[in-house]
Amino acid sequence: MAEGPTQGAEEQLEEIETGLLLEGVFRNYGADFRNYAPASLRRRIRESVQREGVGTISGLQAKLLHDPACLERFLYTLSINVTSMFRDPAFYLAFRTKVVPLLRTYPFVRIWHAGCSTGEEVYSMAILLQEEGLYPRCRVYATDMNPVVLRKAREGIFPLASMQEYTSNYMLAGGKAFFSDYYTAQYEHVIFKPSLKENLVFSEHNLVTDGSFNEFHVILCRNVMIYFNKTLQKRVHNLFYESLVMFGVFGVGNKESLRFTPREAEYEELDAGNRLYRKVR
Amino acid sequence: MEGERVVVVGTSTGGLAAMQVLLKGLAKEFPWPLVVVQHRSKEQGSELCKYLQRCCRQGVTEPEDKEPIVAGGVYLAPRDYHLLIERGNFALSTEAPVYFARPSIDVLFESAADAYGGGVVGVVLTGANGDGARGLARIKAAGGMAVVQDPLTARAPEMPRAALDAAAADRILPLEEIAPFLNRLGRAAAR
Repeated sequence: MAEGPTQGAEEQLEEIETGLLLEGVFRNYGADFRNYAPASLRRRIRESVQREGVGTISGLQAKLLHDPACLERFLYTLSINVTSMFRDPAFYLAFRTKVVPLLRTYPFVRIWHAGCSTGEEVYSMAILLQEEGLYPRCRVYATDMNPVVLRKAREGIFPLASMQEYTSNYMLAGGKAFFSDYYTAQYEHVIFKPSLKENLVFSEHNLVTDGSFNEFHVILCRNVMIYFNKTLQKRVHNLFYESLVMFGVFGVGNKESLRFTPREAEYEELDAGNRLYRKVR
Repeated sequence: MEGERVVVVGTSTGGLAAMQVLLKGLAKEFPWPLVVVQHRSKEQGSELCKYLQRCCRQGVTEPEDKEPIVAGGVYLAPRDYHLLIERGNFALSTEAPVYFARPSIDVLFESAADAYGGGVVGVVLTGANGDGARGLARIKAAGGMAVVQDPLTARAPEMPRAALDAAAADRILPLEEIAPFLNRLGRAAAR
């Protein structure tokens, strides 16, 4: 094994180029990825370099700055995360048993689903709320930074091929009906029932640059902050804390927790295993 | 990051039995973090981690996002996430599966090579697909070391074979000899 500095000249150059590219994209378009977690960001930048056929990160930078269509593809590469309906069924089951009873005490419930991507988990929540009889008094604000994925989310059209997996997830999540009652299949796709969309509000919101826009009883942000570095995670944790009502519920991904975050002491665990917390201070 | 080391291990079919042998053979005072991707279905719970825990002196954990990488820790990639290594900590991702796998061995290996450069020891064990080959080549290119289980001793030889085709291995060893080899490396570095 090579002794001495473990970072070669090539890696150093890549880091410099990456920094310049992110700075350029930010200053020219206002899209700020400077505080994204480096490992995943590096993968996506390399992917873009290959797809655009530009050879180097500097080449990608030039194309990004001069070609808005290239930027759109880049933003899409950075924002697409593969999720599924009722991802981690145990989370939704815990939401039913531990959060729904709390929500019943409110006359009106505002839920913020931050970083909703293509919407699979938003429709999952709408189904759950409908089955619990809560949906008419709920409003679910589903936000993402990328208008392209939001458009898909708004459509509520998903591949038919995924339905087998989603049906199994739905049942494990405590589903009370037939999953197929909620959608209509057509060719290779399914479209979810319009009644599920009634109280969904899809809108653009960027966790990196935008502030709070309402006060919520529930905030869900699952597997989104994993793409941020610790500095940005702190900012977003503060934003969520300020956007929650007292005793509001905060849910994160299975492998995220409030440990080492600035607001850890202000929450209590509602269901630690399923990463559900409640604001108590 | 000078002189810092990490061992990354990838396996698929037959990996459960192989990991048992490797972890049992690992010295208690093994000085480096050891990070494992074992292909697993996304439905599986935490049983795999508990199972491996029983054959390991160090205790096996599934890291959380941004968890610090601790010397001597043994880590298992959680189901349905890619596990990546950054300088000093783990990171998780739900990017698309790579060659149908999430966690992907290539993703772990490549990120380790990026973060730890020549300080990475990559180990490819039994498996029935080609995941890990590209990552092992990246580890070699960054100055790290490649160890591959002898395909003749692997329950599924495809993964070690693909790794050997892609990267010039520093050691091709029967399964039983991999942990002792790592122990020797660790002891030599401690001196």
